Amino acid sequence: MRMITGGIDIGAKTIKVVLAENGRMLAKCLVPAGLDTAAATQQALDEALTSADLDKDMVDLFTATGTGRKSCPVTDNEITEVGAAAKGMNHILKSCRAVIDVGAEEGRAVRCDENGKVIDFAFNEKCAAGAGTFAEGMARALEIPLEELGPLSLKSKHAVPMNAQCAVFAESEVVTLIHAKTPREDIARAVLDAIASRIISMLRKVGFEKDVALIGGMALNPGFVEAMKRGLEMDIFVPDEPEYIGACGAALAAAE
Amino acid sequence: MTDKKDFWRWKEYRWHDEGMNWKDADIISAGVDIGSVSSQAAILLDGKLYAFSNQRTGSDSPKSANTAVNWAMEGTGMELKNIHYTVGTGYGRVNVPFADKAITEIACHARGGNMMFGPTVRTILDMGGQDCKAIRCNEKGKVEAFLMNDKCAAGTGRGMEVFADLLSVSIEHVGELSLSVEEEPEPVSSTCVVFAKSEASSLLRAGWPKNKVLAAYCSAMAHRVVTLLERIEVQKDFAITGGIGKNIGIVKRLEKELGLESLKSTYDSQIAGALGGALFAQALETKRRKS
Repeated sequence: MRMITGGIDIGAKTIKVVLAENGRMLAKCLVPAGLDTAAATQQALDEALTSADLDKDMVDLFTATGTGRKSCPVTDNEITEVGAAAKGMNHILKSCRAVIDVGAEEGRAVRCDENGKVIDFAFNEKCAAGAGTFAEGMARALEIPLEELGPLSLKSKHAVPMNAQCAVFAESEVVTLIHAKTPREDIARAVLDAIASRIISMLRKVGFEKDVALIGGMALNPGFVEAMKRGLEMDIFVPDEPEYIGACGAALAAAE
Repeated sequence: MTDKKDFWRWKEYRWHDEGMNWKDADIISAGVDIGSVSSQAAILLDGKLYAFSNQRTGSDSPKSANTAVNWAMEGTGMELKNIHYTVGTGYGRVNVPFADKAITEIACHARGGNMMFGPTVRTILDMGGQDCKAIRCNEKGKVEAFLMNDKCAAGTGRGMEVFADLLSVSIEHVGELSLSVEEEPEPVSSTCVVFAKSEASSLLRAGWPKNKVLAAYCSAMAHRVVTLLERIEVQKDFAITGGIGKNIGIVKRLEKELGLESLKSTYDSQIAGALGGALFAQALETKRRKS
């Protein structure tokens, strides 16, 4: 039987929609969350439906996830971000036992079993350190676009320590480092190492074994991926389109 | 070109007592407090406050220390060599080149607070530029317990500066303006200054006036600080030092939430650390002369 489901991931900065048929992705769409979450969600959904050449009524069930899942206008049920991340990753990589999800305003570490069930998790939603916002602020201080922060950091040959944890204090520290003529690539690396170290201490708290996957918008940053590998002293798996895994997990949950 | 004003930038100043003559003093002592955001120097003549300065800390701590003490002495004819004993304190205390000794800012704040507010003060809340400390002390100004947050900008002067800039309100006027609301709004829900800032931006876009947004932030900040104070158990009398001690919007809300009035002082709230340092210097010089 043909079962079409939709997963809607309403994050702090972006909204992701995935349409899937029996676990196979049909269409996806990402839009900025903006000010009107409901309108942005509708827009993302319409675009995904159009690209899959589907009508809304042809979708059997919608499941929402993400920080803003409560305000989703079109869902039948919901799943936590943690549950969606584990489910979405398990679908791609059966051997995945830990998922690290670093989004715009929140970082999460999830330990899961071979069925994609959550065993334990930790997250930080109170503080910008350890989230994408931190990287954004430091890119601004370095006067470069966020997309350039990762590639720039990969050119670094020297690790410089970052003392501040707080994003506000770190911004002043970056400015001080710039004034001290510290190479910008070293500063970029210090910034990404700082985020990685926050995330890794969270991951260590929940405990983990292989394989470890990295998802969320920050997984698109090659410098951050390297910082995580360096910090964990092991390889980590980064799926294609890591920012959609939560929405995929929600679409899969809907199918159940 | 638009002329962008730095709303966070507070005024620097100095003062000295023209009714006193340093040449008559037996012991001249100084305290230099190099904080992460501001620096102060206080000079005592036989234990009485003679002069002080308050300025922003530069990127070079030794230079900031020199600037602070020289500015305090400006126009008095006093020179560095006339000071018998100097104590360095604060975040940059080991970088005061002319200091005879370095003492922690916690000890100096308790000692300075004791002079500023009198011996009844038991709990001192120091709200500085990049940290926030709750200090419990005895009637002699000796520290009995303390707690501090220096990891996070929430509840610090730096966080307030971010908001002054965001709302284009001079930092000196933030407190007053925040009290001009008819009804106290719900506090900003984010702890993190970065998140609180985006929350405030959406409140502004939703049509909230500046004073209401400031009120929401000030009450969130006061609440955050109260949780720190509760962990140390506030005992009467209670007093607030540091730059935020001048922010009436925070002080009033703190007092309300604690159900406790804070002691007022004729001394400038930002010089507590330097003053305490100078008091230690006075005691140490007395001791040195006896031995």
